[in-house]
Amino acid sequence: MEKKKTVNLNLKQYGMVFALLAIYIIFFVLTGGTNATAMNMNNLIMQNSYVVILATGMLLCVLTGNVDLGVGSYVALCGAVAAKLVVEQNMSIPVAFLAAIVVGIAFGAFNGFFIAYLNIPPFVVTLAGMLIGRGLTYTLLENKTVGPLPDAYVKVGAGFFMTNKIPFGGGTLDIITIVAAVIASVLVIGAELKNIKTKKKYGFAMAPTWQTGLKVALTLVILWFFFFKIAAYNGIPIILILMAVIVGIYHFLTSKTVAGRQVYALGGNEKAARLSGIDTKKVYFWVYTNMGFLAAIAGIVLSARNASATPKAGDGFELDAIAACYIGGAAASGGVGTVVGAVIGAFVMGILNNGMFLIGLSTDLQKVVKGLVLLGAVTFDVLSSKKKN
Amino acid sequence: MSDHILEMKHIVKEFSGVKALNDVNLKVKRGEIHALCGENGAGKSTLMNVLSGVYPFGTYTGDIVYNGEVVQNHSIKDSEKKGIVIIHQELALSPYLSIAENVFLGNEQLKAKGVIDWTKTHNEAQKMLEEVGLGNENLEAPINSLGVGKQQLIEIAKALAKKVDLLILDEPTAALNDEESAQLLEIMLKLKSQGITSIIISHKLNEISYVADAITVIRDGQTIETLTKGVDDFSEDRIIKGMVGRELTNRYPERTDCPIGDVVMEVKNWNVYHPEDPHRRVLQDINIKVRAGEVVGLAGLMGAGRTEFAMSVFGQQYGQKISGEIWMHGKQVKIKSVKDAIENKIAYTSEDRKNYGLVLFNDIKWNMSLAALRGFFSQKGIVDANKEILMAEKYKERINIKSNSVHQEVGSLSGGNQQKVILAKWMLTEPDVLILDEPTRGIDVGAKYEIYCAINDLARSGKAIIIISSEMPEVLGTCDRTYVLNEGHIAGEIAKEELSQERIMKCIMQDNRKGE
Repeated sequence: MEKKKTVNLNLKQYGMVFALLAIYIIFFVLTGGTNATAMNMNNLIMQNSYVVILATGMLLCVLTGNVDLGVGSYVALCGAVAAKLVVEQNMSIPVAFLAAIVVGIAFGAFNGFFIAYLNIPPFVVTLAGMLIGRGLTYTLLENKTVGPLPDAYVKVGAGFFMTNKIPFGGGTLDIITIVAAVIASVLVIGAELKNIKTKKKYGFAMAPTWQTGLKVALTLVILWFFFFKIAAYNGIPIILILMAVIVGIYHFLTSKTVAGRQVYALGGNEKAARLSGIDTKKVYFWVYTNMGFLAAIAGIVLSARNASATPKAGDGFELDAIAACYIGGAAASGGVGTVVGAVIGAFVMGILNNGMFLIGLSTDLQKVVKGLVLLGAVTFDVLSSKKKN
Repeated sequence: MSDHILEMKHIVKEFSGVKALNDVNLKVKRGEIHALCGENGAGKSTLMNVLSGVYPFGTYTGDIVYNGEVVQNHSIKDSEKKGIVIIHQELALSPYLSIAENVFLGNEQLKAKGVIDWTKTHNEAQKMLEEVGLGNENLEAPINSLGVGKQQLIEIAKALAKKVDLLILDEPTAALNDEESAQLLEIMLKLKSQGITSIIISHKLNEISYVADAITVIRDGQTIETLTKGVDDFSEDRIIKGMVGRELTNRYPERTDCPIGDVVMEVKNWNVYHPEDPHRRVLQDINIKVRAGEVVGLAGLMGAGRTEFAMSVFGQQYGQKISGEIWMHGKQVKIKSVKDAIENKIAYTSEDRKNYGLVLFNDIKWNMSLAALRGFFSQKGIVDANKEILMAEKYKERINIKSNSVHQEVGSLSGGNQQKVILAKWMLTEPDVLILDEPTRGIDVGAKYEIYCAINDLARSGKAIIIISSEMPEVLGTCDRTYVLNEGHIAGEIAKEELSQERIMKCIMQDNRKGE
């Protein structure tokens, strides 16, 4: 007897994507289309890049059932180290970046040691890290802004990949971006075909063709809309490439590797994970060390974009990163969440910020709205999973 | 007033369709010490929880007649108002609060609404402590500065503070040493002389024979008999007969074509100390071995140290200052972590599958691959998701896991099927030795049978198996050889031919006497 082997796509998985689109469309209407201009699309990328990078690392902490409260401070400290070495010590930029990354990793490892091997609650350790990092930044910068930074440095945060512009309509269109869009489309379709092939080979259940088709079509529409906009502006921001690489690596890490699986197991049931042979201390250690590494990258990017390092840089970033994870469907108790979800969560916050700025809402009220969205998203998540049980 | 303080009539209590109590009757005379005896899981604690309102009125059927009136207890508060106080096996004390505060925990001495009267608290607490022979303790000391024995007495003082008429003690001496136990029994006799009625649940039959006026035996959720001091035979043998006298039907599949081979694992001179108390030796000089194709039982009462033994062997997951040797296939091995244990082909399934075995919100295949991720299911650190699905489907068939697909959350499966997922998870690590801790706890008879079949298949394929079980019929039905553990050491080793429930119980009782 041949069993019917189809399953519907899990719509809940895509719920956040729809929410993201809905918010975008609402602001499209409210701003009269301003949020869809080529320049604004570019700004969305640049403004949110560091939160996306931080949210990627934060997701791992959230998966263990904890958070890292110190990331805003590590961002400031690492940015300050890189900027100071370049401006005041005339060090070459790659060496300065490397030094900043080493500082970030060291800070992360310091936290990781206390959390993993001395069993100090992560909340306390990273709260201390927040204070220590901020204090060190003020000391290092002597309470002053260090800048301006050289162009080659600034390019990392505000520059563009090579371009080849041709006249198009009233403006120009970057051919390189269009080529990238074509490559991305081929990859999307190729991945889906490969997926179907393996499922056929093993006789696994498949989604109905129309659902898969719709999914791919929708992905391509969003992809082309986005690439078309940035092609019409200035081409591919360097930061977009960096972000894509980081998100790609961590998506792979969490979804395909043993190391990633161990983080989920630890967050889902620490005792069961330990009895399954997982060295939970080691997992805690690398997750928090990794957070320091990604905070260093974000710190370099932020200082580059601002063309300077300031003692107050990155203030409150930890909250944006944590909120992005929760909005993206991660569970506060750990064990549930995806990198892609966290990225989408970061963009939900980003599009909200950007849209509210464009319609001229006061920053005070912006915070209220962001708070409500966070609360609403998590409440919806908790209640809908309760209903299922 | 009648001379019975308590009568429980035709009590029936179900847990999701399983009858834990089936028509239980209990009569307790005023001013006596009444003992409840029965095997683990016979329903003693359940019955006491019904009485004390832990399971409120309406969740059971039958009548509770207390002081001649039918009572309906909706909560513990209700029953305490009537003078019924239960002291559970796990003590209900708040470790960092003072002795005086703990004596009046939940029953605070008040000046005005919500405001504590500290003078009265101290005066009254002192009186209560004198009653239980702790008059010299510092009232201000935190409760965790006292040993378990004294904490147990504080619980009694706490009950006295509630003006107790009927005191229920659930395994009060399980964690105590002999001296402390004796002290506690004397206090019970003293309370009896003051007119307080007690019900005691205990496995230590020598204590029961000493202190009790009457014994009610419960087996499989039913009252078997009530013995009265001076009328009936009160010997331990007589009580054991009542506790275990059940006929075995073929609930256990036969294990045929299963030759027993060479010794696979041997544990020598195993000593383990309590994880929080480096002076308390939990396991002493344990020596056991298990052969290929052999099913070895670890029998014993709750708290005998069986799980502690398994967890300490399985990568030192319990205890400290562990000493002793583990030999696998005639070679000594060092096992310091679960990873080492898995690499040395040892598997352990926990007695507590929800807290120590599964990640409930993840699916079947995810849970099955967890212990074998590093080796079997991955290459260069990348998980082979296809293999995961294929193997999960294979094992789902092989041990008959009832689910829609391998993508189903394990939290939505029945206990029996969850247990099978755990079994599959450890079979996938390709072990030579499987230590199964209470493999059939809380699952229905049908699923139990399937698990026994799976165990037989494993033995037939040359695996060595250790079963830890509190259900003696299970040990009898499945094991080739049985070690009896008592109070942290081996009290005896019994071959299949000689194995009977009486033999196991006797072994424990004799060992208890030896310790005195």
